[in-house]
Amino acid sequence: MSDRQSAMPGAHFDGHVRLRDAGLRGMITLRGDLDAGMIRKAAMDVTGQVFPKPRMANCTNDTGLCWMSPDELLVLVPHDEAATALAYLQAALAGEHHLAVDVSDARAVFTLEGEASALRETLAKLTPADMRDAALPIGQLRRTRLAQVPVAFWFQSESDAHLICFRSVADYVFGLLQNAARPGSEIGFF
Amino acid sequence: MLTLTCPYCGIACDETELSPGGEAHITRFGPGSSDQEFETYLFQRENPKGVHFERWRHAYGCGKWFHAARNTVTLEVYGTYSAQVFEPPQSVKDAISAKLPDWSWRGLA
Ligand SMILES: [Zn+2]
Repeated sequence: MSDRQSAMPGAHFDGHVRLRDAGLRGMITLRGDLDAGMIRKAAMDVTGQVFPKPRMANCTNDTGLCWMSPDELLVLVPHDEAATALAYLQAALAGEHHLAVDVSDARAVFTLEGEASALRETLAKLTPADMRDAALPIGQLRRTRLAQVPVAFWFQSESDAHLICFRSVADYVFGLLQNAARPGSEIGFF
Repeated sequence: MLTLTCPYCGIACDETELSPGGEAHITRFGPGSSDQEFETYLFQRENPKGVHFERWRHAYGCGKWFHAARNTVTLEVYGTYSAQVFEPPQSVKDAISAKLPDWSWRGLA
């Protein structure tokens, strides 16, 4: 079997924000009726996370449940457990109308670390999303665009943000972030 | 710049996160309809100066289609609402009437 790699293995940049390729992450798109007990239970059982309220990302380390839309969840698991998690979901949801797909290798994940104000500023340079604390509190996921491509990001803590994009644009997104976090480009808005 | 709140996910979207879907509440005329009906369905649009109802899709977000009531002159947004309705909810019509008592749009007022 081939040796699987993340989109930009080992990519890192230290500017006024520290950027890292987060490595391989297991990701399953789960679509269905998010009010259905079976779907909620299966998603919680497979991750050990609390079921997210609208717009929330309930994550710890490599596992998480992210609310993507009224009928879509993103299930995060360690990369080597994605196949098992998918099989578990499909078995648990047999007979329930749903769609579960392993999208792990279709995505790239980057982490941004640094001062809260610097993190918010770096993203605000690239997205139309309102990056103030009140509009995007810790633990809330924002699907939006970064320059010209779709992304989703959330603050895991004040000083730690995670960003997911399509793998095919990983290099473009990392380049954008790197430029926005370049030393000397600080604005001090937040 | 236009900011519309998606009624499905609650996010205040910038115009550039949305795809425009044109005029709202258009009745589709397909096979079996008259030429006149089909022409109206395909081509006849309001293009108003003032109150207008449109369809938008939260393309860079939850992906859902929704409706918006706004003013094409002032860019004021009166409300956004579900895509699964044939006309705007009373609350949206009331919000428009509060600002513009004499408004009308197609058969609505
Ligand atoms: Zn939405």
